[in-house]
Amino acid sequence: MSTATSTPTGTGSEPGRRQAVHKNVQGSKRDRVQQRWLPWAFLAPTIVGMGIFTLLPIVASIALAFFRWDIITAPTFVGFDNFAEVVQDPTVRVSFLNTIVFVVVAVALQLGLALGLAIMVQEKLPAWLRVFFRSAFFFPLILSAASVSIFMRYLFNEQFGVVNWLLSIVGIPAVPWLTTPTGSAAVVILVYVWQNFGFSFLLFIGGLASIPVETYEAASIDGATGWRKHWFVTLPLLSPTTLVASVMAIINALQVFDQPYVLTRGGPGDSTRTAVMVIFESAFQRLEFGQASAIGVILTLIIMAITAAQFRLSKRFVFYQ
Amino acid sequence: MTTIQERVTTTAPVVKRKKRDWSVAIRVVVLLIASVFILGPVLWTLSTSLRPPSESFQLPPAFLPLNPDLTSYEQVFKQLNIVALVVNSALVTGLIAVGQMITAALAGYAFAHLRFKGKGALFSIVLATMMVPAQVTIVPVFMLIRGVGLSDTLLALIIPAIPTAFGTFLMRQYFMGLPGELAEAAAIDGASPWRTFRSVYAPLAMPGLAIVGILAFNFHWNEFFRPLIMTISEQNFTLPLGLVSLQGNLGTGSISVVLAGVVLSMIPALVVFMFGQRALQDGLTAGTGK
Repeated sequence: MSTATSTPTGTGSEPGRRQAVHKNVQGSKRDRVQQRWLPWAFLAPTIVGMGIFTLLPIVASIALAFFRWDIITAPTFVGFDNFAEVVQDPTVRVSFLNTIVFVVVAVALQLGLALGLAIMVQEKLPAWLRVFFRSAFFFPLILSAASVSIFMRYLFNEQFGVVNWLLSIVGIPAVPWLTTPTGSAAVVILVYVWQNFGFSFLLFIGGLASIPVETYEAASIDGATGWRKHWFVTLPLLSPTTLVASVMAIINALQVFDQPYVLTRGGPGDSTRTAVMVIFESAFQRLEFGQASAIGVILTLIIMAITAAQFRLSKRFVFYQ
Repeated sequence: MTTIQERVTTTAPVVKRKKRDWSVAIRVVVLLIASVFILGPVLWTLSTSLRPPSESFQLPPAFLPLNPDLTSYEQVFKQLNIVALVVNSALVTGLIAVGQMITAALAGYAFAHLRFKGKGALFSIVLATMMVPAQVTIVPVFMLIRGVGLSDTLLALIIPAIPTAFGTFLMRQYFMGLPGELAEAAAIDGASPWRTFRSVYAPLAMPGLAIVGILAFNFHWNEFFRPLIMTISEQNFTLPLGLVSLQGNLGTGSISVVLAGVVLSMIPALVVFMFGQRALQDGLTAGTGK
């Protein structure tokens, strides 16, 4: 959730003018000394902290991918062996495939749901209802994915769960949700989308609010009504938001862990095992830290490639005003 | 709002207005159904936790427990050291939030209003670290923590989470929204650069800091992945971890006990939701260009 994708605008406002003013204001010697070291004192906690806990680990992670190490014995250099083994490992392969299927289905559902509901909420509606719906759709985001998965596991219980009871009312026989591969995958996707679509919803609400009302007035003068209005006006004007929302949704979905871990532990079989789950298992259950790092490096490369591809595609399909 | 409505009623023929009302009604119904699907599971969790454990799987589900039964809440205190879990979660979350607010305010201010060599390059590095998924750095971080003898402690969760790229980015944006003339005026009044930050800019940046704090709270109170890796003994578990292990330990007979724990763990998040929803929404969507 903390991945921002856009670069900030307006770096350092009017540097020339500021400089001139600084020359005029002659501070005391103490102030001038302070001016020199203060920036570094302010930056130190963040820069040192990030160096130790982010940059160093990135380098270490890449290096570790070329070693075999179980923490207990000394690490041995194995070249690309870890990558070769990981790529051939059936569990790793299935997990990456699962992750891709998960990302495609969950992100499509999440964005579709979020966009549809955002359009409905933003159109003419009593103010108090709009506030209610917005809060309701946002609400799951404040819960922990672990807690959500705990109660969802009960709701999807085959015999006693509320979901199957609801389906039985419509005449659908009990679905073996958590005991079959397809059922489990469906539950993981549904629970994930249930909790996360509110984030895309918020982004779409912001995007819709920035479309000028005059555009719609012009469109209705030209005879566009109902869904045609949204197809020809809303969607093109919303495309920058859609790009940001889909990049963030995909990056987050690629890292899914909490829901499948609590709901299914990756089963039955390997049917709901995800990429991050195999990183976790090979590192902290089988103590194959080199292999875990190799999988991590592959996942990071995939994330970077998808991000780059989306921004390249955006040049062709995104309509900027 | 009212002016638009008035214009519609005066210019549009009566028939058209009726049609519009229909479309509003349909939209409200669809949105209500969606809300039921979103809020229903949470209400079921609440109501089931308030009924005797033996009625956990009652169908059709009763959403309104007319005579609340607190057996499950008594049980969750007996079966789980929930006080320790709450204390751990509060300590971890609170210290991370305060730590992030302080470090992000300092670094954000430096990037926004102070002059030093390599500012642009350094800020790009900070932004780039946001793209690296935490799962990739977790193995070396775990080894580092283990190397300095902090494994299976709360500090293992707190210290690595304090430097925050996103918080720094947010605070930089916030400080840049405050005019640079304030620093010039303070300098003319004889304030040192530190004094300028402490007495002029920092107080004005409180709303931005609140966003950083609330985001940190929301994320780390609910965090599962890092505690799962960094803590081993139950006395160091945080709430989400404790609840998941409780679900694993108890059979299906004690669902309402687990759910009582889930409800208790939601209370602080609910408080944030009620009082800080706006700040949370602003923070989550910050940096997305909107």
